[in-house]
Amino acid sequence: MKKMMKIICAFAASTVIALSSSIVACADDTGYTYNYDWWGDVQFSPDAYNVAGVFTTVELGLDKKLNMPAGLFIYERTVYICDTGNNRIVELERTDVDKFELRRIIENFKGGKGPNTLAGPTDIAVTEDGYMYICDKNNGRILKLDMDLNYVMEFTKPSDPNFDQSLSFLPHKLIVDDAGRVYCIATNVNKGLIKFEADGEFSGFIGATKVTYDWTDYIWKKIATKEQREQMESFVPTEYDSIYVDHDGFIYAVTSNVAEADLDAGTADPIRRLNLLGNDILVRNGPWYVIGDLYWGEGGGYDGPSRMTDITAFDNDVYVALDRTRGRLFFYDDQGRMLWTFGGNGNEDGYFKSPIALDHMGFDLVVLDTLDCSITLFTPTEFGSLVYKAIGEFQAGKYTEAGETWQEALKLNGNYDLAYIGIGRSLLRQERYHEAMEYFELKFDADNYSKAFKQYRKQWVEENILFIVLGLVLVLCVPLAIGKVKKIKHEIDIADIFRR
Amino acid sequence: MLASLKKKETYTHYLATLKYSLYCITHPMDGFWDLTHEKRGSIAAANTILIITLIVRIAQLYFTSFIFNTVYWPEINIFLYIASIVFPLALFCVGNWGLTTLFDGKGRLPQIYMATCYAMTPYALIRVPLIFLSNVVTVDEAEFYGVLSGLSLVWVALLIVAAMIQIHEYSVSKTVLFMIASVFAMLVLVFILLLFFSMVSQGIAYFVSMAREIMFRL
Repeated sequence: MKKMMKIICAFAASTVIALSSSIVACADDTGYTYNYDWWGDVQFSPDAYNVAGVFTTVELGLDKKLNMPAGLFIYERTVYICDTGNNRIVELERTDVDKFELRRIIENFKGGKGPNTLAGPTDIAVTEDGYMYICDKNNGRILKLDMDLNYVMEFTKPSDPNFDQSLSFLPHKLIVDDAGRVYCIATNVNKGLIKFEADGEFSGFIGATKVTYDWTDYIWKKIATKEQREQMESFVPTEYDSIYVDHDGFIYAVTSNVAEADLDAGTADPIRRLNLLGNDILVRNGPWYVIGDLYWGEGGGYDGPSRMTDITAFDNDVYVALDRTRGRLFFYDDQGRMLWTFGGNGNEDGYFKSPIALDHMGFDLVVLDTLDCSITLFTPTEFGSLVYKAIGEFQAGKYTEAGETWQEALKLNGNYDLAYIGIGRSLLRQERYHEAMEYFELKFDADNYSKAFKQYRKQWVEENILFIVLGLVLVLCVPLAIGKVKKIKHEIDIADIFRR
Repeated sequence: MLASLKKKETYTHYLATLKYSLYCITHPMDGFWDLTHEKRGSIAAANTILIITLIVRIAQLYFTSFIFNTVYWPEINIFLYIASIVFPLALFCVGNWGLTTLFDGKGRLPQIYMATCYAMTPYALIRVPLIFLSNVVTVDEAEFYGVLSGLSLVWVALLIVAAMIQIHEYSVSKTVLFMIASVFAMLVLVFILLLFFSMVSQGIAYFVSMAREIMFRL
């Protein structure tokens, strides 16, 4: 009952504050932004991001419409869009908060063997030392160019026997690490990421997923006829859809090739964070699986689970996955807890037709829509910025400030679980254990609650050690004493000298 | 009835039978024999134990630490929650009685009910301290809670078996066999109840629609 009262009070208080403040972006009925609470219920939330603009051919100042663009890369304030269907790459510069200016169009380059034009480029990466790496998909190569478009080198189909020589090499997505090593996803290759050394040499596959099947499938395969077997899903590792290298050098990878049953059971990992050995080290401490939408209603003609098509990660380890089923963006923090989700399919600003790629500029997000041939720029709202500020302050060790910032965020969204837990963690660091416990209890964070409670219990025992010992002594000695007294009384009663 | 309420012996007998439950759970074989054969138990005490069990179960919802028991309050229906104990208990008593009377069981229905209720004593005895314990342990120490709450159920289960042995004057293997058979008897009862309620509702619906039809025609 006490718990209930607390929740009601907190909710009432936040509602009053939300209504009395005019700057607040209120959660509207359409529910653009939401997240999941501890129970897995959808909790609508104030918008965390606003659309700063949708940029199509006209706004970008292009001579012809983008044609099936597939890749997007942002380096500082420069945006590269792979205009796959037009065989070119568009380079834009963000000149103002909501303004992009066309810098140049990359169609061909100087030098090199083979054709010096691009054929269906699908991805690009730009490194700090000033080189561009381009997935020149239909030419079957990864180009390395300098910023003046001079040919430097290329990565071509590996001659290694590990690479199936009957397949053509179709690099689709790539990333480059600090040492100039190139990791790429190639169409039809399901052994994981193809890794090239900086000198262009193929050095193997990393991050292939383990093939999992349960024994019932195995038995069915054994007794099925050849035709039936061909109808069944084959036990092959999944292909990745996209990759992103974060500031620590870890690789975020997403795959949309996951079975619904596995997602339901929590055994499928559509979002992964790979270390250099290719092991998945994504932290999944949240109350729910890191799989995007938890409920896959068939509303609006869309069904099935979220299919992640691209991912990006901020410097504070918050990562954003892009779902192409419902056109939503899923934000998770470094513990795998959902920050919020927004987006959708539609024609309004902030909705997509077929989102394919995203990247970030600071905390601003750019999403590329391949059917709408546009890019959408999102900027954080007051609420979003507050949450990022709190996360940043906590990571920097400013626990008191982080707690205050979470309080601010709580005023904007009284249903925000992470704010309660954030305040609790801040109080925990400030050694205000009892207050911390209250916040953790409100949002059922048993692990953090236990951490706080352990310290609180220790303090309590230390402060009350005298009473505890006294109590124990009383409990042990009083019955003994009573027994003794009774015994003496009994002996007196039966003693001969008192007998008449 | 009312006259007996005024006598002091009624209360001393009631308290003695209630206290006897503590002897029962520690000496089950001897205890459950005397329970019926020496008339050392009473239905009033059995009812009390059942009510205490129900209260403990509801208290657990409210007072157990959220680490062990998170309650989704919007979905809790307290009457359904009470029925989730009382209904299986009633089914078990009736099902067990129905079977054992056919196979030389000596127990009568009130005796089966009384013994089963007496056997539930450890549940309340262990779960009440557990509520306090749950509020002073962390997740690392959760095993203590798990073991103790499991223990309370195992104890109750063993006591029910012991009670059935003594009441029906069965051998151990026969008792276990009839416990399993009782589960099937309970399923049959559920089936019949479902059938009965659906028949009744269909019957009522028939007369309601007929009455409507007549009203339209008039």
